Parts: sequence; structure tokens; C-alpha cells
Amino acid sequence: MYTPEMLGLVKTVEQSRERRLKETFPRLTAEEKTNILRSYHPDYMEGSMRPVMVGPNAGDSMPHAHADLLESRSLADVDGLPLDKVDYDVDVLVIGGGGAGTAAALLAAEEGAGVLLATKLRHGDANTMMAEGGIQAADKENDSPAIHYLDAMGGGGFTNIPELVRALVADAPRCIQWLESLGCMFSKDPDGTMNSNHGGGTSRKRMHFAHDYTGAEIMRTLRDEARNRGIRVVEFSPAVELLTDELGQCAGAVLYNLETGQYLIVRAKTAVIATGGSGRLHINDSPTTNHYGATADGLVIAYRAGARLVFLDATQFHPTGVAFPEQIVGQLVTEKVRGLGAQLVNIDGEQFIYPLETRDAVSSAIIRECRERRKGIGVPSGYGVWLDSPMIETIHGKGTIEKELPAMFRQYIRFGINMAELPIIVYPTLHYQNGGILINDKAESGVPNLYVAGEASGGVHGRNRLMGNSLLDIIVFGRRAGKNAAEKAKSVRLGSLTLEHTKRFNEELRQLGLGRRVAPILLPDYRGKISG
Amino acid sequence: MTGESTMVSIYIMGKQYEVPDGVTIMKAMEFAGYRFIRGCGCRGGFCGACGTVYRTPGNFRLKVGLACATMVEAGMHLAQIPFYPANRAAYDLQALAPTLGTLRQHYPEMTRCLGCNQCTRICPQGLPVMDYIAAAQCGDLEKTAHQSFDCIMCGLCASRCPAEIVQYNVGILARRLFGRHIAPPARHLAQRVQDIEAGKFDDELERLMRMGREELQKRYYARDIE
Repeated sequence: MYTPEMLGLVKTVEQSRERRLKETFPRLTAEEKTNILRSYHPDYMEGSMRPVMVGPNAGDSMPHAHADLLESRSLADVDGLPLDKVDYDVDVLVIGGGGAGTAAALLAAEEGAGVLLATKLRHGDANTMMAEGGIQAADKENDSPAIHYLDAMGGGGFTNIPELVRALVADAPRCIQWLESLGCMFSKDPDGTMNSNHGGGTSRKRMHFAHDYTGAEIMRTLRDEARNRGIRVVEFSPAVELLTDELGQCAGAVLYNLETGQYLIVRAKTAVIATGGSGRLHINDSPTTNHYGATADGLVIAYRAGARLVFLDATQFHPTGVAFPEQIVGQLVTEKVRGLGAQLVNIDGEQFIYPLETRDAVSSAIIRECRERRKGIGVPSGYGVWLDSPMIETIHGKGTIEKELPAMFRQYIRFGINMAELPIIVYPTLHYQNGGILINDKAESGVPNLYVAGEASGGVHGRNRLMGNSLLDIIVFGRRAGKNAAEKAKSVRLGSLTLEHTKRFNEELRQLGLGRRVAPILLPDYRGKISG
Repeated sequence: MTGESTMVSIYIMGKQYEVPDGVTIMKAMEFAGYRFIRGCGCRGGFCGACGTVYRTPGNFRLKVGLACATMVEAGMHLAQIPFYPANRAAYDLQALAPTLGTLRQHYPEMTRCLGCNQCTRICPQGLPVMDYIAAAQCGDLEKTAHQSFDCIMCGLCASRCPAEIVQYNVGILARRLFGRHIAPPARHLAQRVQDIEAGKFDDELERLMRMGREELQKRYYARDIE
């Protein structure tokens, strides 16, 4: 529950609400947006990055946390590991059991491939499960894939890779239809018309949703379908290295059984990396919305095999992370709250940014409001700004929050805060890895037979992803990766399994005096601490 | 937590630890030295990995919560239930009819409900679990689908059910049947898929793909917003 001081400040928000309901804060011009990003976005914070010293991206700047991982030696003892006893021999190995991995596994199986899905925790333990607000697709009369394309490019600062964006927007309606056919319960009108909203940076209302459990609904549906189809899944077994053959083709992976400590050898004609993002690296010491397992494992092992990374210097901070109560600092407050009309308000009850600017811009504006203008609200972890959630009830009617935002309502009411009656306090939180392993529109990486899908890949979102394009990305590229990996597997001839690429990488590290740490780290370590 | 925190004693599977007051069970266990493999997932109340049962001093009641969303209490005894064996039917959704018969065929134990309401009492999401099973018994799939929608499949209901029903698996079958066979498909979506497959948007997308940054930026800032 709020302190008496905070409740005093709420009055200012309430008093200005009627005035603000009629007020539209002006949108940023191109120039204003560039300036606010350069001055306040964490990507531009001095000292937050350094050039990585080794591998395909040597010389490229990225957050220290990423560079640390890429400059680490193998977790497994690659010299002593026997590769002659193969535990699983499959056509397609999918690494990662979130939305992208499961979509890939389903499509690969549909193509007739023998599939193994290996995942670090449980099947479905992924950021997909936590995605709340929605999934984009241009399927309404007033919308088109071209308009979606323009929105996505603008959101990414016009740096997105065009062929990937085209795939994203052109596949989108088909992907929603696929999910619908699998029984995904999208929020709809009685005649079947999809409900849709705005997200930050969209020019059409194309955000489809399932209340505010959109990702959870997609994830549990895909997982249920994978179980129905009998797809083989091995849980609690992350991949800690890729395997290659003497031609340098990807040829499978080494899994590590977290519960027994055993290594398992998977020979696979093709592999799909769908290991997700990296919020648990706590870039810039930020708290994160991310799943416990988001530690960039896929980037590390693909990098050693020669895959190129892009846009790792662009990290997404979600504008509205919980800033209070302290127990859940950093957790997500879905953008749908702003999509439904809630404004961002400073301590004086004033708006300071159009609420549905792109995430990079809104986060920067909140940081400016607190840090430079000193108009934030003090909380134990620092400061935050108001997100005036009760406006939603005024605009759409009483009970809207409980109906449309049940997860958010539950998140706050557990701590005695009724967000339908009181505004909530938010601050940017580490949310998404905009970049990742470079792919083409077939979801191929630069390493032969290695595919990548979802947050582990990079390029489709440029420097900043729009809300609702990530759930879309995992389905579009998960499906492409699975289908193409299965097709490719039909013609692949593998040589013998080796870990030569890793040995070479470790040797290079040694010569540079690097490699004192080991990676992938697999899980964050919060022992003896109170985690962010 | 910042600053000086008061410490409280909690008992993790019977073993005493001193942890800061006012933190979640999950963070307290990590503070105490645990590095989770099981029993920890999204850390935000969506994934159902961290179901926890506990008792507090002077109260005979067994309490339950998600470790990521429940505060520690002085003197609490707790254990996690990260996994619970569950009966799950495999099915071909496309070939099923959305009927009571389908539910009963896949989960015949559904009809054994004793009406004890333990499932509802234990649900960390606060869902009316017994009610949605009752709706399923009547073949009201729509009601079952909506009432079970916020389920995170943590399995605590099944762990308490004297009739050995796996409520959350009945729930997802009902939801998928509803989503696939009862809710009408979106016609605008089907139309758009057809148009895309016919190549209706290809030229426009090609033009945009070839466009330089400056021209794209001009169009972006001039675009009309619904």
C-alpha cells in the first residue's frame, strides 16, 4: 500500500485528471525524438559499452554484460568431452522451449522431420509467457501490411533490415489465423471480429490481444499442441555448445542436464536457436521484466560457431516497469494500460510526453522528467512517475481494468493497491534485446544449417521494437525457421561431430589474455542478495 | 531492499533461515542461499513454476501462494511444489466436437467432483475452479473457457483434489475447443490472408523496401494516425 506521503501526492493527479482527459500532448518531431534519445536513452550513456575483443564482431561496441559473455571460455570441458556416444540423433534440433522454439518444432514436425526440442527450464518457461499486451497484424479494412511496415521501420529508427520486416508484416495475418485455428482465445466481438488497440508507435489499431494474458495464451496453446503431436521435449537441459562437422556445418549441440550434471550429445542435421533474450544479465544494473532464464545462452554458443550479431548495442527499456511496491520493482506494466488511455504524469500532475510514442522515446522522457527536471515521485529504489490508470475507468467505464487487465489488477491488488482507483508509479525497466544473431528472411544465420528465431535473432526490429511485434516475430520466424530447417535437413550430409570451433575460440581467448569467465551462465546468481 | 531491514525467521522445508522482512518468498529463498533450478520461472506471476504451500504459527490452515508474489511471514514453514504428476489426454483438436461428450471422453474423472471446493480455496489466481469444473460437467464450454482463462497451470488445484481431477487440463481443453470450434472465426482476417496470398500488397511493399531512409522518414512522420 502507498505511504501517506504518496497518497498525498495522488491528490494532485486526481485534481488534474479532468483537465488532462481533454488534453492531447503533442507528438515528438523527428528532431525532438533524436535529441531526447541521444540525451537520455541508456544506450547512449557514456561508459555503458565497450568493443568486444574476439570473434566475428571483434571491434563492435556492446553492453559490458554482453561483451563479458562473448569473451568467456566454454562451460563444458570441450577437450575431454567424448562425442562418439550420441544420445539423440535427429533431423531438427530446436534449442529453446518458448514461443519461437515451439512454433519451429510444430512446423518442422509438420514437414515430417524428426524433431527434438531441448530447453533449459520447463517447456514454456520463456518471455513469451510473460508478454501481456498483444500481437500486431494488419488485418483490418483501414490497415495494410505496408502501413505496418512503415510503423515498424519508424519504430526501429529506420535501421531495420527490410527483407525481415517484409516477412514480419506479410506473414502476420496468416500467423494470427494459425493461432486462431489452434484454439487461441483472442478477445473478439460476438461476430468474430478481433478486438484491436493501439500500441506505442502504431498508426492503426492492430494490436490483437487475449485480455492481458496474450503471451501466456499463445504459449500454453502452442505447448499443448506440441504435446498433442508427440513432439519429443527434453527439459532442464540447456545447450552449452553447438557441434560442428569438419566442413564447419552446424551438426547438433551439447546439452547439459541441470539436474544430474550429465552432458548429452545431440546429432542434428539442422538446428534452430530460439533461446530468447538477455534481461537477466541486468545491463546497466537495471531490474528487468524478463524470465529467470533470459541469459543470452544462444548468442554465446552461436558466436563461437561463427555467427554474426547485430544491434546488440540497442537495448529496450520498457517505459513502464513497476517502481513501487518495492517487492516487484522492475516487473512489467503492460503498454496496454496506455493503449487504453492512461497518461504518464509527473509529481505536479502534468503530462510530459505523448503516452504512445515508441518505447525508446517514452523511456527517455521518463528518465528526463525524473533525473533532470526532478519531477519524479520518490520511491525506495529511486524515483518514478505516475501512470494514471483510473483514467481507463473514466474513459471506458467502471470495471474495465478488472476485465481487460486482470493480470495487472492482480499484480497490484496483491500489495493492497487498487489500480482502478489509484494511479501507479512506474519507471523504465530492462525489457528486450533488440538485436541478436543476424538472420535472413529464411531465418538462416551465417553458419550453415543453423537457424535462429525470436528474441535471439536480430535485425527485424532495428534499434527499437514496437509493442506487439515480438509475439509476432516469434511466430513468423519460428514457423519459417522450423519449416526451412526441416526442408534443409532432407539434403544435409553430416561429417563427424567435432568441437573444433570451440577449441579454436578458446585458444584465441587464451592468446588475448581473455576467457577467465565461463559462459553460457545459464542462470543468474542471486544467492545472498535481494534480486532486482 | 534498501537500507536496514528487519529480519525474520522462516523455515524452508523445516530448516531455519533469517531473511529480510517484507520480501517475496522467492527472493527470501535466494537471499538464504538457494539458486533455483526448479520452482522458479517468470518471477512475475504468469508461469506457475513456483507454487508454494506454507503454514504460519498458531494457525492450522494450510496456505498457498506463488513464491514470486507472496510475502514472507515470521515463523512460516514452507515447501515448494514445483511439479505435480498430472493426467493429460492427447487429442486432435481439429477433429473434436465442442461437446460435453468430448470433455468426458478425455477426462472421465471430471464427473467425480465431490464439491469440497478445495481447488477454489487453493488457487493462487483466485479463480472459481470448482465452478468451472461444474460448468464443464454441464457441457457449458464457454463458461469453463472464460472462468478458467487466467489459469497459470501451477497444478496446486490438482494437488488438493480428493477426486483426482486435473482441473487445469480440463480448462485448457475447454478453452481450445471454444477458441477453435465455438467462437466464430474472424472474417476480416481470412479475407486479408487471401489478399496477401493473391499478391495484393506485393508492389507496395517492394516500393517501400527500395525506399531510402530520407523518403521513408518523410512518409513516417506524415502518416495519418487512426
